[in-house]
Amino acid sequence: MDGIFLQQLVNGLTLGAVYGLIAIGYTMVYGVIGMINFAHGEVYMISAYLCAISLAVLGFFGLDSFPLLMLFTLVFTLTVTGVYGWVIERIAYRPLRHSTRLAPLISAIGISLILQNYVQLSQGARQQGVPTLLEGAFRFSIGDDFLQISYTKIFILLAAFVGMAVLTYIIQYTRLGRMCRATQQDRKMAQILGINTDRVISLVFVIGATMAALAGVLITLNYGTFDFYAGFIIGVKAFTAAVLGGIGSLPGAMLGGLILGLSEAQFSSMVNTDYKDVFSFSLLVLILIFRPQGLLGRPQVVKV
Amino acid sequence: MSVPMLEFRQVDLFYGAIQALHQVSLQVQVGETVSLIGANGAGKSSLLMSIFSQPQVTSGQILYQGRDITGLQAHQVATLGIAQVPEGRRIFPDMSVEENLLMGSLVIGDTYVDEDRQRMFELFPRLRERRNQRAMTLSGGEQQMLAIARALMSRPCLLLLDEPSLGLAPLVVKQIFHTLRELAADGMTLFLVEQNASHALRLSHRGYVMVNGRISLMGTGEELLTNPQVRMAYLGGH
Repeated sequence: MDGIFLQQLVNGLTLGAVYGLIAIGYTMVYGVIGMINFAHGEVYMISAYLCAISLAVLGFFGLDSFPLLMLFTLVFTLTVTGVYGWVIERIAYRPLRHSTRLAPLISAIGISLILQNYVQLSQGARQQGVPTLLEGAFRFSIGDDFLQISYTKIFILLAAFVGMAVLTYIIQYTRLGRMCRATQQDRKMAQILGINTDRVISLVFVIGATMAALAGVLITLNYGTFDFYAGFIIGVKAFTAAVLGGIGSLPGAMLGGLILGLSEAQFSSMVNTDYKDVFSFSLLVLILIFRPQGLLGRPQVVKV
Repeated sequence: MSVPMLEFRQVDLFYGAIQALHQVSLQVQVGETVSLIGANGAGKSSLLMSIFSQPQVTSGQILYQGRDITGLQAHQVATLGIAQVPEGRRIFPDMSVEENLLMGSLVIGDTYVDEDRQRMFELFPRLRERRNQRAMTLSGGEQQMLAIARALMSRPCLLLLDEPSLGLAPLVVKQIFHTLRELAADGMTLFLVEQNASHALRLSHRGYVMVNGRISLMGTGEELLTNPQVRMAYLGGH
């Protein structure tokens, strides 16, 4: 195998892990209320700004140890973004719970525009950036090429997989997770068994926003720059990942993210970087035509 | 007379312009087994679900142990000690048998979980064999047993059952009713909605007959079983 392939494998894995994190928000929300939260990409974008604000404030106070910086930034960003998720559900979706299926969708698009414009007004339209925090990389020579894995990428992979593992554990093995799954599988029955499903739905929005925030911090570390429009493309990519894995399925979202990231990276190096978005969205169209239930999803059964 | 376990007082229920329940009044006494029989679409399931405000009744009152619970949200009703085995069983298809049981005990916490799970496995040995299987892979009868076991995991004072015999083989129906009889003998209050009138009435102390959203007849199980109208309409005339 040549160096470029391996290099893109690493790049794709990193990108894919982050897509997977964001896809979790789409898939879980779809799971419990059957709606695509089109404002989810903007929640990710907000978290990138929060991350930069946190780093700037901590830098102002002279904190320069990477673990401490990360700890504080993650706690701050995940918490505040979680609150955003909760508020958005509360004001934009819950009042429409018993409305038509289309109403919350339109509301989501509205929230997405509001958030973009709010950030543009309050933070400016210019691209923002954060300095590189973790310098250095592992280098391996492979024949004539060499493979470079930056410490940042390793950190991203570790953090993303820890995030996914913790979430999977919560959903699979805790009482809270069972309540989420029960709400997803049969909301009415969950209520009859004493579950406050409104609270569970709020919780799912908070979980989705938190995972998007983790992705926001990690991507910001990797690329360093972002703007108020950053949530759109990556949001649609993560949505593609969720559909690829099977919307509604949690492992599907993670798997879909990884597959999308890996294939996009290979496409970039083997065919054309400029067309990588075209590749991803063509993939979305193909899945929707030939396997709409995704890789791990089940064909939709109409409930009576 | 003591306070009834469950009481409906002149309950009306509308789905939009369609009236599903007309001035329904009925009572279930503590420790009693009562069945409500009637044809498909008579409003029996609506009546059971209205206890959980799904949908909410339009007028009238629902009382549980003398307390007005009309309009209380479903998850609040569940914490009062009312459990339901709903129409169509509604087990969680992607959860294991064991997880389904755990969903039942949510409202009372984990204090009795191990003890009650053992009790359920003794009551329904098939569930023990399939404890780690996903619930969707169970047969209809096993799913019904699981739905009953799940409801019992909350140690309810009042157990509501909606068509527990629907779509099951006669042998399984017999087994389910045998279990219900045991539960009743242990002092549990049962309120049963059934199309299978003969099984239901033989089990019950009292019964109500519902026609087009109205209670048209009431009496002891024995009386209804021998009532010519009931025999014609619900027992196949023999």
